[in-house]
Amino acid sequence: MDLNYTAEDFAFRDTVRAFIDANLPKDLQHKVLNHKRLSKEDVTRWHKILAKQGWMATGWPVEYGGTGWTPVQRHIWEEECARAGTPFLLPFGVMMVAPVIMAFGNEAQKRHYLPRILNFDDWWCQGYSEPGSGSDLASLKTRAERDGDHYIVNGQKTWTTLAQHADMIFCLVRTDPTARKQEGISFLLIDMKTPGITVRPIIMLDEDHEVNEVFFDNVKVPVQNLVGEENKGWTYAKYLLGHERTNIAAVGRAKRELLFLKRVAMEQHKNGKPLLEDPLFAGKVASLEIEIMALEITVLRVVSSDTTKRGPGPEASLLKVKGTEVQQTLTELMMEAVGPYALPFDDAYLQGEHEHSVTGDDDAAPLAAHYFNFRKTSIYGGSNEIQKNIITQMILGL
Amino acid sequence: MDFNFTQEQQQFSDALRRWTEKDYSFDQRKKIVHSASGVSAEAWATLAELGMTALPVPEEQGGFNGSAVDMMVVMHEIGRGLVVEPYFATVLGAEFLKQGGGHDGLLEQVAGGEIRLACALGEKQARHDLFDITVTAKADGEGYVLNGTKTVVIHGGQADYLIVSARSSGAQRDTDGISLFVVPADAAGVTRRDYRTIDCQRAADIDFVNVKVPASALLSKVGQGWNILDAVSDYGIALLCAEAVGAMEALNGATLEYLKTRQQFGVPLGKFQALQHRMAEMYMQMEQARSMATLVAVKVASTDVAERRRTVSAAKARIGQAMKYVGQQAIQLHGGMGVTDELPAAHHFKRLTMIEATLGDTDHHLARFTAQPDFRKTA
Repeated sequence: MDLNYTAEDFAFRDTVRAFIDANLPKDLQHKVLNHKRLSKEDVTRWHKILAKQGWMATGWPVEYGGTGWTPVQRHIWEEECARAGTPFLLPFGVMMVAPVIMAFGNEAQKRHYLPRILNFDDWWCQGYSEPGSGSDLASLKTRAERDGDHYIVNGQKTWTTLAQHADMIFCLVRTDPTARKQEGISFLLIDMKTPGITVRPIIMLDEDHEVNEVFFDNVKVPVQNLVGEENKGWTYAKYLLGHERTNIAAVGRAKRELLFLKRVAMEQHKNGKPLLEDPLFAGKVASLEIEIMALEITVLRVVSSDTTKRGPGPEASLLKVKGTEVQQTLTELMMEAVGPYALPFDDAYLQGEHEHSVTGDDDAAPLAAHYFNFRKTSIYGGSNEIQKNIITQMILGL
Repeated sequence: MDFNFTQEQQQFSDALRRWTEKDYSFDQRKKIVHSASGVSAEAWATLAELGMTALPVPEEQGGFNGSAVDMMVVMHEIGRGLVVEPYFATVLGAEFLKQGGGHDGLLEQVAGGEIRLACALGEKQARHDLFDITVTAKADGEGYVLNGTKTVVIHGGQADYLIVSARSSGAQRDTDGISLFVVPADAAGVTRRDYRTIDCQRAADIDFVNVKVPASALLSKVGQGWNILDAVSDYGIALLCAEAVGAMEALNGATLEYLKTRQQFGVPLGKFQALQHRMAEMYMQMEQARSMATLVAVKVASTDVAERRRTVSAAKARIGQAMKYVGQQAIQLHGGMGVTDELPAAHHFKRLTMIEATLGDTDHHLARFTAQPDFRKTA
C-alpha cells in the first residue's frame, strides 16, 4: 500500500506542468477559470497547441501517434490540465471515433482519418441519440439505404453536442429494418457539408447553444464511409462505450472548483462573518470536500489497476455517478454562496463580449447559468440511472 | 502508487477469515455473547496464537511492529466476522502504551495475549469531546490519587489494565492539564459496572474513589496527555473505519445473496429495479468508504498533526454516512427478516450503527474537519 507518486511520476508532472504554464494562452485560462463560454476558435486554438506538441492522443498506441503514457501519467496530465484551467478536450474525434476506426476501420480509413484527428483538422460530433432514442439507444430509427456506391440517409439525430462547429459526424444508422433492434445498425462517417444535412440549435436552460438537432434528408454517403461491416454497428458502439472513459469523474476540476467555492464563501458574509464559517454552510462544503477526497482515491485505485491501458471497465459507472454528483453539488453550492447575486443574468458577459458583468460581481455572474448547465451531467453519457443498471448487471450480477 | 496488500498482509487476512468462518460462526458467537463474561477466553487464545495480539506491538517487546495498514487488514476481518472479543480495546490501549512509553513489560504481555486492556476516556457530560474531563488526578507524595467516573468504557469490564484520562490541572474543557494513567483494573477504589452494548459487545461505567497510583503509572508527562490522547483516538478511528468496511462488505454480500434467492411475484427480488438501484448505491457507498479507510490507514501515522486530524475526521464522517446508508438499506432490502435478530445482517447493522457513535459521530467529525487550517485555504 503506497499512495505516493514515484519520483518519475513527479518528474512527469513537472514536465507537463511547465508545458501548460508556457503554452496555455492567458485569455483562454481566464475564461475557463471564470466560467465563461468558449468559442469554436478558443477550443481550436488549444487543440492546435496540443497537436503541435504531440499530446493530442494520450490514450492512443504509439504507432498511431499516441503519447504512450501510462494510465497514471494520463491521470497526472488530466489533473494538471484541470488545475491550470485549460479548455476542455473535445472527445468526439480523439477519444470516441478514433478507437473505433483503429479497431474496426480499414487501412484507407485509418490513413485518412487518424492523422487528421491527431492534427485537429476536423471537428467531430456524435450522431447517436434520436428524438425517440435516449437511454434506449438501440431503438434508433435513422435509416441508411444502399444505392449503388452510396447510402442514402434519412432521419434525425438530436442532442448533438457542438454540431454547429462540426466538420464530421459519426452516426449509428439502421441498415436492416427487419432485424432485431441491435442487429440492423451500422456505423457511418458523414461529412457535415453533404447536401441534405440541416443543423438546428437547441437552446438549453442556461440559454447556451451547446447541442443541436441534426436532420438528414436524402443525404448521400459514400459506401467507403462505412466502418467495419454492415449491421455490426451496435458492437462497435458498445466497444466505444466501454472505451476511453478516463477522467470521467473529473476530480481535478472538482478540486479546482472547490477552491473557487471556498474563496467566494470567504468573501461572502453571513451574520457578519465569512459564509465559510457558518456551521450550516461549512458542513455542506465539508461533506463535498470529503466526497472529493474519497473519489480521488477511488479514481486512483481504478487507474492504478488498469493494466490493459484501455480505461476502466464497469467501475467507470461508479466514477460517473459519484463524479457527476460532486460536480452538481459544487455548482449548487457555488450558486448558493452568492445569495441574491445568483439572479442577474448577463449573457454578453458570459460570451466574452465585455470585460465585466452588469452588476460588477464577475465571480457571481456565471454561477446560476453554470448550475443550470450542469444538470445535464447526470443525464448525458448514459444517465445515472443507466449507470446503476450497468453496476447491477456487470458488477452485482443481478 | 500501489493499492495492493503485501503477501504477509494477505496471509494475516486469510488466517483470520478461516478462523472466523470455521470457529467463530454466528451461532458460536451467540453463545459467547450470552455467556457470563460476554467474551471467549478460547477465542482470545486463538487471536494470540494467530499473532494478532503481537501484531501492533513493537519488535523490542516481542511484537511484529505492525503498521496501521497491517491493522486495517485485521480489523477488516474483525468487522466481517462480527468478532466481539476485546481486541480493539486492547490494541487501542497498546497504542497508548507505545506513544506514552515506559511500560514495556505490559506491552510484552499484550503481545503474548496474556493481558487485555481498555481505555477509560469518556465521561457522561463529554459526549464526543475527549478533552472534557472531570475525573481528577491529584499529586499525592510520589504518586497520584484518582477520583471520578468514566462511562461507556468499551470492554472495561474484561480488561486487566485501564488507560485512564484524568484532569491534573486546568478547567474542565482545557486541553492542557490532562494526564494519562495506567491503572490495574483490580486496584483498590476501582468499581466497574459491566453491561452489554446493543451490538453484542461489552462496556462498563467505572468509578474511581481515591484510587492511589504510583508515579510510574503516568504515561508521558503530567498535564501533557492531550496530544497523545488525540493521536491515539485518531488511531482508533482508523481501526474502526477498517472494521466498518469489513462489516459493510459482509452486509452487502448478504443482501446481494438475499436479492438473488428470495422470490416474490414469481421472480427473485433482484429483478426489481427499485431494489437494484439501492443495491448499486450500497456498492458505491462501500467503495467510497473503502477508499477513505485506505487513506486514513496510510495517513494516521503522519507527523503533520493537522493533516492527520483532517484525514481522520474526513474518513470517520464519510464512512459514517456510508455505514448509515448501507446499514439501513440492507435491513430494508431484507424485508421482515431484516428486522429480526436471527440474521447476521441485523448484527452487522447494529455494529455499524454503534461504530458511528464511537470516537465521534459524523457531525462531530464534519465540524472537526472544518476546524482544521486546510479547510479555509482558497488557493
